[in-house]
Amino acid sequence: MRRSLLFLPGNTPNMLINGSCLGSDAVIFDLEDAVSPAEKDAARILVRNTMTYMDFRGCETIVRINGIDTPYWQEDLDEVMPCRPNLILLPKTGTAEDIRTADAYMARVEERLGLAPYTVGLVALIETALGVENAFAVASASPRVTALFLGAEDLTADLQCKRTKEGREIEYARTRLVVAARAAGVEVYDTPFTDVNDDEGIEVDALHAKALGFTGKASISPRHVEVINRVFSPSQGDIDYAYEVMEAIRLGKEQGKGAVALRGKMIDAPIVARAQRTIAMARELGLGREEA
Amino acid sequence: MTEIVRSASAGTMESSDVYVEIEPGEGGIELRLESVVKGQFGPAIEEVVREVLGQWGVENARVSVRDRGALDCVIRSRVETAVKRGRGNG
Repeated sequence: MRRSLLFLPGNTPNMLINGSCLGSDAVIFDLEDAVSPAEKDAARILVRNTMTYMDFRGCETIVRINGIDTPYWQEDLDEVMPCRPNLILLPKTGTAEDIRTADAYMARVEERLGLAPYTVGLVALIETALGVENAFAVASASPRVTALFLGAEDLTADLQCKRTKEGREIEYARTRLVVAARAAGVEVYDTPFTDVNDDEGIEVDALHAKALGFTGKASISPRHVEVINRVFSPSQGDIDYAYEVMEAIRLGKEQGKGAVALRGKMIDAPIVARAQRTIAMARELGLGREEA
Repeated sequence: MTEIVRSASAGTMESSDVYVEIEPGEGGIELRLESVVKGQFGPAIEEVVREVLGQWGVENARVSVRDRGALDCVIRSRVETAVKRGRGNG
């Protein structure tokens, strides 16, 4: 379950060491944009030691490495993969070939470390027009890809348009990524809302992303984590309805009914699938009911 | 053995960080420590610094450590980075 993914600058100790206490489902140690070229070596070592010595139980670890068009990305992987982060976030993924390049190197590192293949997953950060257009091919390029991730700041620069709070300029990219990810059977995360002081704005933005089908949303500020977690969690009403659906299905089967209705609506396979997902998430959040 | 051939530094003076400077030296490790928590944790910090220097095979160097309340893993990181920046092969 990754409702919230919080970016932490890779060379800033006072952010890194508190990362696991900030309430996000995952933290993203950033070796890319948050770190100047002269400090890449220091950040790699600091992130590696933070993962080695600090306790991140209950919080997944993701490392945003530098792009494969830079001289840094292989050293990034060499340094952090022994710590077995849950995922690597690959910036500026534009094509399936980019994924295959990163995947092949990660496979070699895993072999060298004696890790099982695909121990460390890969998330494709889509932040160029090319990446948006190739989203499905990127998501399908390797079994290592577990999600697509929209990066709107670089994308709008590439699109030569202004980034706004309303986000009309990224609507196509958002819907395209959700469709591509779902078609490929992977998850999809929304771009951060960058005004850290706009509490209303983050809620509106997160609700919109959830409504479009995103799995979760990234954040650059701990202030946004609570709102994102709330928006991407099932409500008590959702959970109650999901249990009603499953109970109706159970009763229908008992009574030998071919079709089952609840609250005047036919319950079909997609409704059951959604109910099952809601119950699974409720259980993860400790909101599930005890089985009879 | 790792030889320190040039002056190098790592870290910052920000809260929770530590600024480490390393220079070529002779006759062992000459360590100077400045810390807001020196009274409580000075010996522990010094032990960590010497341990990391030992791990990287540094036997001779002058090392200055200005601590701003860094945790063990941060001290380890900055010392390692300073060593790698100051050593002979890169």
